[in-house]
Amino acid sequence: MTEPSSQKIPVTVLTGYLGAGKTTLLNRILSENHGKKYAVIVNEFGEIGIDNDLIIGADEEVFEMNNGCVCCTVRGDLVRILDGLMKRKGKFDAIIVETTGLADPAPVAQTFFVDEDVQKHARLDAVVTVADAKWLNDRLKDAPEAKNQIAFADVIVLNKTDLVSKAELAEVEARIRAINPYAKLHRTERCQVALSDVLERGAFDLDRILEIEPEFLDAGDGHGHDHDHHHGHDHAHDHGHSHGGLKHYHDEDMQSLSLRSDKPLDATKFMPWLQNLVASEGQKILRSKGILAFTDDDDRYVFQGVHMMLEGDHQRAWKDGEARESRLVFIGRELPEQMIRDGFEGCITT
Amino acid sequence: MKEFDPGQNAASIVSVTDRVRPLAIGMPVTSVHFLGDIAAFIGAEESVALATSDGEISLAPVHRGGILCAATDGARIVMGGDDGKVVALDKKGEVTLLATDAKRRWIDNVAVHPDGAIAWSAGKTAYVRGGKSEEKSFDVPSTVGGLAFAPKGLRLAIAHYNGVTLWFPNMAANAEVLEWAGSHLGVIFSPDNKFLVTAMHEPALHGWRLADTRHMRMTGYPGRVRSLSWSVGGKGLATSGADSVIIWPFGSKDGPMGKEPAMLAPLRARVSAVACHPKQDILAAGYSDGTVLMARLTDGAEILVRKNGGAQVAGLAWNAKGTQLAFAAEDGEAGLLAL
Repeated sequence: MTEPSSQKIPVTVLTGYLGAGKTTLLNRILSENHGKKYAVIVNEFGEIGIDNDLIIGADEEVFEMNNGCVCCTVRGDLVRILDGLMKRKGKFDAIIVETTGLADPAPVAQTFFVDEDVQKHARLDAVVTVADAKWLNDRLKDAPEAKNQIAFADVIVLNKTDLVSKAELAEVEARIRAINPYAKLHRTERCQVALSDVLERGAFDLDRILEIEPEFLDAGDGHGHDHDHHHGHDHAHDHGHSHGGLKHYHDEDMQSLSLRSDKPLDATKFMPWLQNLVASEGQKILRSKGILAFTDDDDRYVFQGVHMMLEGDHQRAWKDGEARESRLVFIGRELPEQMIRDGFEGCITT
Repeated sequence: MKEFDPGQNAASIVSVTDRVRPLAIGMPVTSVHFLGDIAAFIGAEESVALATSDGEISLAPVHRGGILCAATDGARIVMGGDDGKVVALDKKGEVTLLATDAKRRWIDNVAVHPDGAIAWSAGKTAYVRGGKSEEKSFDVPSTVGGLAFAPKGLRLAIAHYNGVTLWFPNMAANAEVLEWAGSHLGVIFSPDNKFLVTAMHEPALHGWRLADTRHMRMTGYPGRVRSLSWSVGGKGLATSGADSVIIWPFGSKDGPMGKEPAMLAPLRARVSAVACHPKQDILAAGYSDGTVLMARLTDGAEILVRKNGGAQVAGLAWNAKGTQLAFAAEDGEAGLLAL
C-alpha cells in the first residue's frame, strides 16, 4: 500500500563538484539544532567527522533497467540502502543522499521514478547542488559533470562568494542561469544558507509545482513581459549581451527551453506528442515540467520528468479569474529547439 | 485496495480463521521462521519474538539497529544487521555472535548450509565459514544481492549485477559466472541441485539449468518477486509478486521452459509472501491486504486463514513437521494455526 505523499520520508540529493562545499553543508545540516534526525548516505565513507549512527556508505552502483531504454539507469545501491533504512522508520525524519563530485544526478532521481518499493516509503524532495563561485566557470568548461549538476538542480547553493569580486559573481550567476534559470539560487559563504531553503522543498511533488511558479515567473517575466515572444530569453540570447546590467550567456550544449500558450492544448494531441518526445529525445532532456490547460478540462494538469520518465496528474481546478495558460520547461543538452516548438504549436487548439 | 467484499464467494470458501491463535508481536515484523515448534518473528530492528505453540511470547535482542536479513536451517536463525554483526539465535533464545564486519558495514545477506556452514555478505564481498574450515571471502564485481548454498557440497551462489557467481570455497578452481543483464536480488537452488533461480530488480525471475547453463526467463509479474518457496519434492516454485500465486513447473528436466505456470488463489490484492507445506501439496500465501489463504496445489481449493483488512503480510512459515503455520503482517499482527 503506497503511503500518502506527506507520510513518505523526504530524500534530498546533495550534489556538487569536488571542493565546492558539499561536506560543509552536510555538516551544517547534521549539527544544527533543528530537532530533526537525518539518515545520510555518503560515498566517501568515514570522511565526515560527525557522530551519526545513521551514516551509510554507498557505492554509486548504476545499472541499466532491462526495458530497452539506454538512459533508464538507476542506483542499485540506493534501492538496497533505502530498503534497509525503512526497517528503522521512526528513527529518522529525512534522508540525505550525497553523491560524489563526478556523479550524474539522473540515476538517483530515476530510482524514485521506477522502483516500486522505493516509491512506497520515500519521495524525492529536491536536488541541491553546491557550486564554487570561484571555480564553477572553469568547471563548466572542462567538466561535463559540473554542468549536469547545475542543469539538474532544484536548488543551487552558490558558495564561497567571499572569494570573488562582484563582477565575477555576476558572471558566474549568468553562466548558471544560461543553463538553468529555474533553480532557486542562494549566494553563500561557507554554505550559510537557511536549511529551510535546501530541505523540504517538495521540488518533485506534483502538488507543489504551483509553489515553484515564482521561479517560472522570475525567469519568464524578468525582462519585458513579452509573452508572445516565443523565443524565451533563457535560451536564444546571443553570447554575452547585456540586459539591464545583467549579462546573458548562451551555453553551447546545455540549455533550457520554455514554451507557453494562452490557448488551450488538445490533450489527445499533446499527450502522445510529449510521450514521443521523451521517448526519442529523452537522452538529451534532463528535466522537464509543465502546467497545462487542456481544451474542455476545468482542471490544471501538471507533469514532470527526468529523461524518458514522466509522471503527471490532474492537480486542481483552475480558479476563477486565473489565466488558463500552459507552460512547459525543458532543460537539456543540445535540445532540438525548433522541433520541440513546432510540435508544441501543433498541440494548441485552434 | 484496502478492503473488498468477497461477495458470493464468502459462503463458499472454507474458513479456519476461528482456529487461529492471534499474536500481537508489538513491533514491525519482516519475516517468519520456525525453530522446532517455536515460531520466530523477525523484527524490523533489534529483536526477534519467539512464540510457543501456546502463544507465549518472549523477545530475544539480536542486533543494535536494523535486522537486514535472516536465514534458517531449522535449528538456528542466522541474521545480519546494520550494526555490522552476524548473529545466530536458537530456540531457547540464546544469541551467539558469529562475526563482526571490520568496517561496521551493513550485513546485507546471510545463508545457512545444512551441514552448519554459514555465509554472509557486506558490500561486494561474500564470506563463508564452514563447520570445520576457516573463514574465506570472495569479491564479486558489484554489491551482493543474494546468497544461497547449493543443497550438496560446499558451493555458494552469489547474486549480483548482471548475473550470479558460483563459488566453491574449498576448491582452488575458478568461480563460474552465470551471466544475465540486470540486477539480481535474490537467489535459490532447486532442491535437486539442477536449477538456479534469481529474483531480479525488475518484476521477473531468471533461471539457469546448471548442467548446461541454459537460460529460463520467467516474466509477466506486475511487481517485484520477493518471496519464493519450493513445493514438496521441488516439483514447483511458488512465487509472490502477482495477484495470484504463480507456480513454475520444475518437475521435468527442462524445468519451466516452454511451459505455462500455474496460478492459484487469485485475489484483488498482491501476493506478498508464499510458503509451501513441507510434506503435502499445500501452500500458504499472504497478500498485500492482509489476507492469508491456504491453497491445494492439485486443484486450487482454498481455505481462508486470515481475513483481509490489515497490513501487508510480511512472512509465513510452516514448522518442519507441517503441523503449524505461523504468519505475521508488517505491523506485527500475527497468528499461529495448528493443523
